[in-house]
Amino acid sequence: MLLPAAIVVFGVIVYPIVRTGVTSVENVTSVMEPNAEFVGLSNYAKVGKNPAFWSSMNRTLYFTVVSTAIELVLGLALAGLLNARIRGRWLLRTIVVIPWAVPTVVSGALWKGIFNPQFGSLNAILTQLGLISEDKIWLGSPLLAMNMVIVADVWKTVPVVAFMLLAGLTSIPQETYEAARIDGAGAIRTLRSITLPLLVPSISIVMIYRIIEAFKVFDVIYIMTGGGPADGTKTIALYTYYTAIRDQRYGVGSALAYMIVTAIAILSALYLRALRRSEMSLL
Amino acid sequence: MRIHTKKGVALIAALATMALVGSAGLSACSKSDGGGDGGKTELNALFMKQAGYSEEQINSMIEAFEADNPDIKINAQYVAFEALHDKIVTAAPAGTLDIVLIDVIWPAEFATKGIVLDVTDRYPDSWAEDMLGGAYHTAEFEGKMWGVPWGPSTKYFYYNQEMVEAVGATAADLDTWDGVLAVAQKIKDAGLVQYPLAWSLKQEEASVCDYGQILGSFGGQFTDADGNLAVNQGAGIQAVEWLKATIDDGLSNPGSLVFLEDDVHKTMAQGEAAFALNWEDSFDGLQDAESSNVVGKIGLLPTPKGPGGDRPGINGAMALSIGTGSKHVEEAWKFIEYVTGPGEQNKYPTGWLPNWKASYTDEAITSLAPELFAAAPEALATLILRPTVVNYQAASDALQAQLQAALSGAKPIQEAMDAAVAAAAAE
Repeated sequence: MLLPAAIVVFGVIVYPIVRTGVTSVENVTSVMEPNAEFVGLSNYAKVGKNPAFWSSMNRTLYFTVVSTAIELVLGLALAGLLNARIRGRWLLRTIVVIPWAVPTVVSGALWKGIFNPQFGSLNAILTQLGLISEDKIWLGSPLLAMNMVIVADVWKTVPVVAFMLLAGLTSIPQETYEAARIDGAGAIRTLRSITLPLLVPSISIVMIYRIIEAFKVFDVIYIMTGGGPADGTKTIALYTYYTAIRDQRYGVGSALAYMIVTAIAILSALYLRALRRSEMSLL
Repeated sequence: MRIHTKKGVALIAALATMALVGSAGLSACSKSDGGGDGGKTELNALFMKQAGYSEEQINSMIEAFEADNPDIKINAQYVAFEALHDKIVTAAPAGTLDIVLIDVIWPAEFATKGIVLDVTDRYPDSWAEDMLGGAYHTAEFEGKMWGVPWGPSTKYFYYNQEMVEAVGATAADLDTWDGVLAVAQKIKDAGLVQYPLAWSLKQEEASVCDYGQILGSFGGQFTDADGNLAVNQGAGIQAVEWLKATIDDGLSNPGSLVFLEDDVHKTMAQGEAAFALNWEDSFDGLQDAESSNVVGKIGLLPTPKGPGGDRPGINGAMALSIGTGSKHVEEAWKFIEYVTGPGEQNKYPTGWLPNWKASYTDEAITSLAPELFAAAPEALATLILRPTVVNYQAASDALQAQLQAALSGAKPIQEAMDAAVAAAAAE
């Protein structure tokens, strides 16, 4: 019974991690020559000295902070809506989950089409509403393209954030709200004094989970912009991919991968701690 | 499932080792028997889904080959050009691809890194004489051949005849880029189309091709005498200035910065552009009434001349190579020889023109794509080459990013091109 688990753990997780670690201290410049010269930590030094690495880190940070913030705010609002006692709530909940169920590759292609300057529906709608007079190139300048990629990411991710927060919302006892109402608290006061404080564990879990995911973002950007324009959407995961696979600098690429893994490991530790403190803990 | 003892851990480790060794053995077994299907040899071939021969054309070639070679079966896979390089690289260690389509910019990298086989000795002597020069050297690196060209290729100048005639101009006015811009201005002023020119300048290899063609028309080259990227001076700068001016003046579609060749093709097909550079296969697509509004209205010329009178097209030829890990080298070569030979190539000149000089004077063949064959001799007479260096991808990545920075106005042109050269030198 242990065999399948052992194969998975060692073959798919442990071996690649060790192998990447070994590669990261070697000068590997071809996929066909894995046994290369040992170069110590010089690959890591190379990464640290490269301004392209730091600018991709900055872009990743921007993407992570902005997308996570928007997703939390919208997710919370949506969770409130899904928690409301209205007819057809099941239908609403089903519809809302659709963006999350769409594969990222598909939603990326979808948004790329929507933002297409020539044939995209966004320009068509804005033109018909008289809001713009000439086609806007949504993915044509670095910062704008990054923001548009964030829009695509938010569209896809808000549902999952909402559902995670909804789980927290439903666990708040109704009696608490009733007591607040009897004490004469208004909607805003209830939100500030009851809902948000009691949701803090859920919010922190969702936040750390989303930060980890956003930090690793790859597919939606690869599909929509490929890292362009002018490297404006080249986040750390894309930068690593281009370094390792396209440029065949596996040593440096592996060092980059290890740096990402370290950052994510720290975030994951925080995540697990938050999980353990909350009632959603599985551990 | 929890493990309580050291014994348990040791057991898992032992089992895992066995499992790994076992699975390696299994995969080795399944590879060596070469696949079933009644003792047929199966070859895995990787092609691309855009430009050049269409999927349909390649499938027809495969059918013809399999009919003539019943003991060989070709499993064809198609990917976008943008994914082709990375797929070849990642598949190389496993040796799963017998035949791969490679771009003219990759022989240096793939040869040096042992990804494709040297096939120099398999080249018949007659090929040097019978093949067009523009095709023959496609897969060459350091005097050796790393594949067989699948046709000479460059970007041609497409124009909408109806729009040109509507402003009283003719094809003769489109002989130079100055002439093209003058006609473009008239077309824009007449309100026939908002942006007369469309380019494929997305941050991909496509942008290097369009830029290269303008660079060449200004008499420039990508590299200096020492083979280092040198696009931050003279013609290198002038070409970017020229491109940016056409965008700033509203003559070029600003969407060009996110366009690939396919987007340019569609823009042209919708009648939203009067002029564009594109590969050979675009012409055939523009004549397809199902997807094109401009059937019968498109003309095709060699790329226009620059101020110095030069008009080199970018060399965009591709070649078929044998993967280093192939277990069926003889069969792979047989296939490559078959589909690159005149027999198959002459059937599909609308995808890529044939390698073979003789095809260009044979009326039965030229009549299949008269416009392309008419423009080809001059278009292929001089070609501008992208640098044939091992780390081409890294240099190209830097150039693509900085071209976009310059063209989008994010950086001053000189600063951007200096940065491209510095980044390429640092790799």
